[in-house]
Amino acid sequence: MSEFRALDGNSAVAEAMRQIDPDVVAAYPITPQTSTVQTFASFVADGLVQTEFVTVESEHSAMSACVGASAAGARVMTATGSAGLALMWEIVYVAASNRLPIAMLIVNRALSAPINIHCDHSDSMGARDAGWVHLFAENPQESYDNAFQALRIGEHPDVLLPVMFMHDGFITSHGLERVEVYDDDAVKDFIGEYNPTYPLLDWRNPVTYGPLDFYDYYFEHKRQQVEAMENVKQVIIDVGREFGERFGRTYGLFETYKLDDAEVGLVVLASTAGTAKTAVDNLRQQGLKVGLLKPRVFRPFPAEELADALQHLKAIAVMDRSISFGAMGNAGPLFLELLAALQVYGNGRTPVANYVFGLGGRDTVPSQIETVLHDALRMADTGQPERLVTYLGVRE
Amino acid sequence: MTNDGTGWKDIPIGGMILEAGNAVKYLTGGWRAFRPIWDGDRCIHCLQCWVMCPDSSIMVDDGKMTGIDLVHCKGCGICAEVCPPKVKCIEMVEEAKAAETEGK
Repeated sequence: MSEFRALDGNSAVAEAMRQIDPDVVAAYPITPQTSTVQTFASFVADGLVQTEFVTVESEHSAMSACVGASAAGARVMTATGSAGLALMWEIVYVAASNRLPIAMLIVNRALSAPINIHCDHSDSMGARDAGWVHLFAENPQESYDNAFQALRIGEHPDVLLPVMFMHDGFITSHGLERVEVYDDDAVKDFIGEYNPTYPLLDWRNPVTYGPLDFYDYYFEHKRQQVEAMENVKQVIIDVGREFGERFGRTYGLFETYKLDDAEVGLVVLASTAGTAKTAVDNLRQQGLKVGLLKPRVFRPFPAEELADALQHLKAIAVMDRSISFGAMGNAGPLFLELLAALQVYGNGRTPVANYVFGLGGRDTVPSQIETVLHDALRMADTGQPERLVTYLGVRE
Repeated sequence: MTNDGTGWKDIPIGGMILEAGNAVKYLTGGWRAFRPIWDGDRCIHCLQCWVMCPDSSIMVDDGKMTGIDLVHCKGCGICAEVCPPKVKCIEMVEEAKAAETEGK
């Protein structure tokens, strides 16, 4: 039987990791991820899991140990964020390129400098070209649910890629919410046994991981990664549907909220989508036809599906919790990708504006999102944005 | 660049090598700047070179050294270095000169 418990996001993912009982976890603490690994470490100490828990001296070592363990044939999980992910950088690419289905919680936090421990998406967005699958969660329940699905997605034979699943630092990681925790056996049945494709410990079938790969084959191996990424979308949909059949919550590539009959739409990731639902409700009460689209999957970017879901809108506002410095308009990555998607798969004429918000944990409240929606309604009338990029809530 | 025509669908994922002992197929003799010249008359068959050679290029038959596999030898010179001082039956010679005197 499942039970409802009061859990913050980090505790919820730690609980998921207890139920998953991964073969190996190698991790290094970093605020605000620490309590996930700390809680899981107590599960290890109390004998509640069989996991080989590797306490390493840095995140670079954490991901290196994960890569080694995964190549050996283990089911591997870890967690980090911000500077921790930055320090992992080299090995983050190695994990994807070696096709190792490691599942990693990212507790999104701003990057230094100046030093800041609060939420924005600069850390994982910087890793968007590393070859990992990226899943975002709005709240502890979604992050808990993503932990199981991350393994099923990454370990799928058509995929074999690592998966990072995100939740917002402090807002989700330390915010206590109602979480449905499923029965241990039901979870174990859903994730199943991991059957590694080429385990190094299978000494009867010796293989080599990570050999030198020059101009004669490297390009072909990158092409294979493209193919795996192409396969991810369908696997996410299938796994999300099966998850819904078993646990009552169906997941896909994105979630829409009051979007079907909307004239203008807002696109925003993670916990802010929860705030945005309140803003949408407030404007709907005034009879304004506004809606929301919350992407769940950022990599692979569901360009065609997003363009399709947004094509009926007269204007779109995209909120980004990071900046791609020096990119067009110094905009955010979600906006830039969506703009490209609408150009290729949409009508290419819908006015779209970008709102960068919440950097370094800056609060974003419903009234601010309401101004964004009002901007979008004006944009629908005029047919063009007043500004391409707005830095929402920054003091002039 | 080698182009054996195999496309991305035909090769193992992730650059993995699924076949053991395949290093023999990688012909590294062309890397050599110095060639080990072995004097079989002076060799005491202690096999120190066989132990130390990183490319398994010391050819041995029935416990006796029989020569050096120049198809794989990269010319690192470890064999000449570990050959006992009183024996010194391996001499490193510039590859171009060796090619003139010993053949290619």
